[in-house]
Amino acid sequence: MTITASATRVELLSPAGWSPVCDWDLLVPGRGVAVLLPDGRQAAVFRDGSDRIYAVDNRDPFTGAYVLSRGLIGSTADGRVYVASPLLKQRFDLLTGECLDDEDVRIAVHTARSA
Amino acid sequence: MTTTKPTLLLVGYGMVGHRFLEALADTGAAARYRVVVLAEEPRPAYDRVGLTSYFSGRSADDLLLAEEGFTDRHGFEVHLSSPAVSLDPAARTVTTAAGHTLSYDTLVLATGSYPFVPPVDGRDAEGCFVYRTIEDLQAIEAYSAGARVGAVVGGGLLGLEAAGALKGLGLETHVVEFAPRLMPVQVDDAGGAALRRTIESMGVVVHTGIGTKAITVAEGRAVGMSFTDDSELATDLVVFSAGVRPRDQLAREAGLTVGERGGIAIDEHCRTSDPHVFAIGECALAVDGRVYGLVAPGYEMAVSVAQQLAEQAAQPFTGADLSTKLKLLGVDVASFGDAFGSTPGSLDVVYSDSRSGVYKKLVVTGEGELLGGILVGDASAYATLRPLAGTGRPLPVPAESLVLPAGADTAVSLGSSALPDEAVVCSCNNVTKGTIRAAVTDHQCTTVPEVKKCTRAGTNCGSCVKLLGTIVADELEAGGVEVDRGLCPCFAHTRAELYEIVLVKRIPTHRQLLAEHGRAPEGSEGCEVCKPTVASIIASLAPELEASGHILDGEQSGLQDTNDHFLANLQKNGSYSVVPRIPGGEITPDKLIVIGEVAKEFGLYTKITGGQRIDLFGASVDQLPMIWSRLVAAGFESGHAYGKSLRTVKSCVGSTWCRYGVQDSVAMAIQLELRYRGLRSPHKLKSAVSGCARECAEARGKDFGVIATTNGWNLYVGGNGGATPRHADLLAQDLDDEQLVRLIDRFLMFYIRTADRLERTSTWLERIEGGLDHVREVVVEDSLGIAEELEALMARHIGDYQDEWAATLADPERMRRFVSFVNAPGVPDPSIRFVPERDQVKPDLVLLATEEQLLAALDPDNAPFPADRILEEAR
Repeated sequence: MTITASATRVELLSPAGWSPVCDWDLLVPGRGVAVLLPDGRQAAVFRDGSDRIYAVDNRDPFTGAYVLSRGLIGSTADGRVYVASPLLKQRFDLLTGECLDDEDVRIAVHTARSA
Repeated sequence: MTTTKPTLLLVGYGMVGHRFLEALADTGAAARYRVVVLAEEPRPAYDRVGLTSYFSGRSADDLLLAEEGFTDRHGFEVHLSSPAVSLDPAARTVTTAAGHTLSYDTLVLATGSYPFVPPVDGRDAEGCFVYRTIEDLQAIEAYSAGARVGAVVGGGLLGLEAAGALKGLGLETHVVEFAPRLMPVQVDDAGGAALRRTIESMGVVVHTGIGTKAITVAEGRAVGMSFTDDSELATDLVVFSAGVRPRDQLAREAGLTVGERGGIAIDEHCRTSDPHVFAIGECALAVDGRVYGLVAPGYEMAVSVAQQLAEQAAQPFTGADLSTKLKLLGVDVASFGDAFGSTPGSLDVVYSDSRSGVYKKLVVTGEGELLGGILVGDASAYATLRPLAGTGRPLPVPAESLVLPAGADTAVSLGSSALPDEAVVCSCNNVTKGTIRAAVTDHQCTTVPEVKKCTRAGTNCGSCVKLLGTIVADELEAGGVEVDRGLCPCFAHTRAELYEIVLVKRIPTHRQLLAEHGRAPEGSEGCEVCKPTVASIIASLAPELEASGHILDGEQSGLQDTNDHFLANLQKNGSYSVVPRIPGGEITPDKLIVIGEVAKEFGLYTKITGGQRIDLFGASVDQLPMIWSRLVAAGFESGHAYGKSLRTVKSCVGSTWCRYGVQDSVAMAIQLELRYRGLRSPHKLKSAVSGCARECAEARGKDFGVIATTNGWNLYVGGNGGATPRHADLLAQDLDDEQLVRLIDRFLMFYIRTADRLERTSTWLERIEGGLDHVREVVVEDSLGIAEELEALMARHIGDYQDEWAATLADPERMRRFVSFVNAPGVPDPSIRFVPERDQVKPDLVLLATEEQLLAALDPDNAPFPADRILEEAR
């Protein structure tokens, strides 16, 4: 889910409730950061060029490596914002988790907010 | 009612036999006959012309000519290892060595030729070989393991091929030629001399004007040779390559007419003296009294017979062009048309440079029509000149301008437009320019591979493929075929066009470029293709745009691929590798020790790269600054292994140490590497400098390669290794240091300006309009008047250079990204773990198989650097 930012803290929802990610300023437009969740899982949080934030699993399902936070984000001609895996470049829709290059693959989507 | 098809028997399954089968299939004749093939060798037809490539890594299977299932698809019955031993024309039967007798209605003999071994004593000793089949090569390869010296009898085309093979097997190699010069059939005395000089400079010893008297034998093995001038040579291995003779025995014994000096006599329809028997290829004596030992005339005969069997209008065979272009021991040799000037009244235009081993001769009429020529050392003009020879048209430019070397003031080369439609572009398969154009216009071929498949042009020796590409491109353009050349869905422009826009309009950001020149809807993010590409353009032009020279500053930071973003190379488990710059591959023991200490401390896997430096694998993002602060303190700087930028300039040890070296290649390599370090380009750039013509640095496999001559440096461009290897082309020769650097400055900036995204110089050079000649005009002769601008851009890049890693360590803003987790700085990434292998580490991929694997492996006892523990356990 996306929320337009106005405040300075970014938070992520996990089963344990909202937990802090980082200061808004640490997010570079078009890039992501990796977040360690309390249970040891990892999420990737992104900020796009219009200052919307997104969160998905950090694990790249094609290679198993925890690297999606280091991919570049882009948008399709119909406006879907995605991240391209830095390893083999498969693209994942940041709102739905769908892989745009393989319809059988989907990653989990998390909820992030700026508060 | 069924009728039995007549039997067509083909004896001999070499290259010509195979071409005959293809032509049977193409013409439809295959359907009219039951086709039976008797092959002597244990494998189907293979590329005998490319035989030597067996030694450079092509396997016997790679050399096979037929694609999988070819004979089955057409119902051809092929019997391997079944040589025919007798022919009974009256009964129309052929008997095989195994004693089987086969009847035929029509017989085609394609028995080829056998190597001529002069009748000298000792020729049958162990260690004596011929050079004709894959089995011959395998035998030579096996025997050479215990040999030191090898000699080749025969300095013709095949002899030099064999010499190249022996040299490649590591033998001290001698060539013995009876004639006073090498390749006496193809080149004249001066051409032979140029060839000899170059071949000798590679360490092959050439003996001409002497005959072999006997092979010295001891204990059944060849140990030496004695010659007609009473000299002797100690050698462990002898390869006879003194020409071939037609294999006409089957026909001769059956009473068919054969020539006095051999060859099965045929008429212009390739029919022998028996009307049911044809002969094609090297076994046949054509109506002009010649036996053709080249593959192209054999192919013409094969097609002619197939056409007759299909009852189509057949092209009679009355004789053939003996033009050849070869690369022998790396030296280009070409001979075409009336190479020896035997036409009455013909004149020569000659250019000869013994220093570089280049010799070019064109034979012309008094009116300036091209008759033929000889090219040694640089045969790049062959593809366009050969089709013009003998057409009776005057040359479009003065002949002298066509023989001058690259870089000379008035040297020109002809483009494809100079050729008339009837000019034969592919002489192996006799394909004209008109046929190639028709493939594009009438058969809708749009790529070179399609045209090759459709016309067979360029499928044999390949020397015309470049010209083919130009003709196809010209024809497509003329036909108005539109292709989306846009960089990505966001931009309709090519990378080169975006470069011009950024430069001219001084646009310093991707966002502005996308908004003003993109085709994506408003608010688009751009994509993973255009972001790094535009970032690279901005980095190349940073001083011009007054943008930051550091790629991690401002908007540029958000555009970089992960490698550039972390200034390291991402590996499959999410860790990175680190490559410090080692200019020219020269490094002090102290610096080597530092690399070793750093690798040990951080538990990194170390490997020597192909570019003469050291790659350190397995660093996590939070380790990168610690590793680099150690390296920077020891005087290292970024090697840019992560960037589309200059990687390394390899070098051989050069004249300082090597007894063959003629220039200081190490100093030049260091100078070049330091000059171009950090230069962002459309793709990675590799370079090398060799200190002599032996080329130990492999400079011709690089984007720009420099090879020392006694007079200075030769500059080669557009080389590549990898999946599509390409030897670099000579751009200019005998340059002093200053001239060399100036030309490289211009070349690189011109490439950066005009290449597509991820287009290496090799493909760029093949693709760009006008090819090498155009690049030479722009870079060497400044035909566009931009040389000064290119040099100025490079000068500003050099002045603006800073070590990216030192600058990153000095800036807390840039350093903030080097954490594994933004919410837990200092906590290592638990997914990056290692297992031991050969006393080092490798990624633990089991951990990455599922998320559950990782969660199970998480336990509070993990060491901060898991690699340490792994290594400890390994020790």
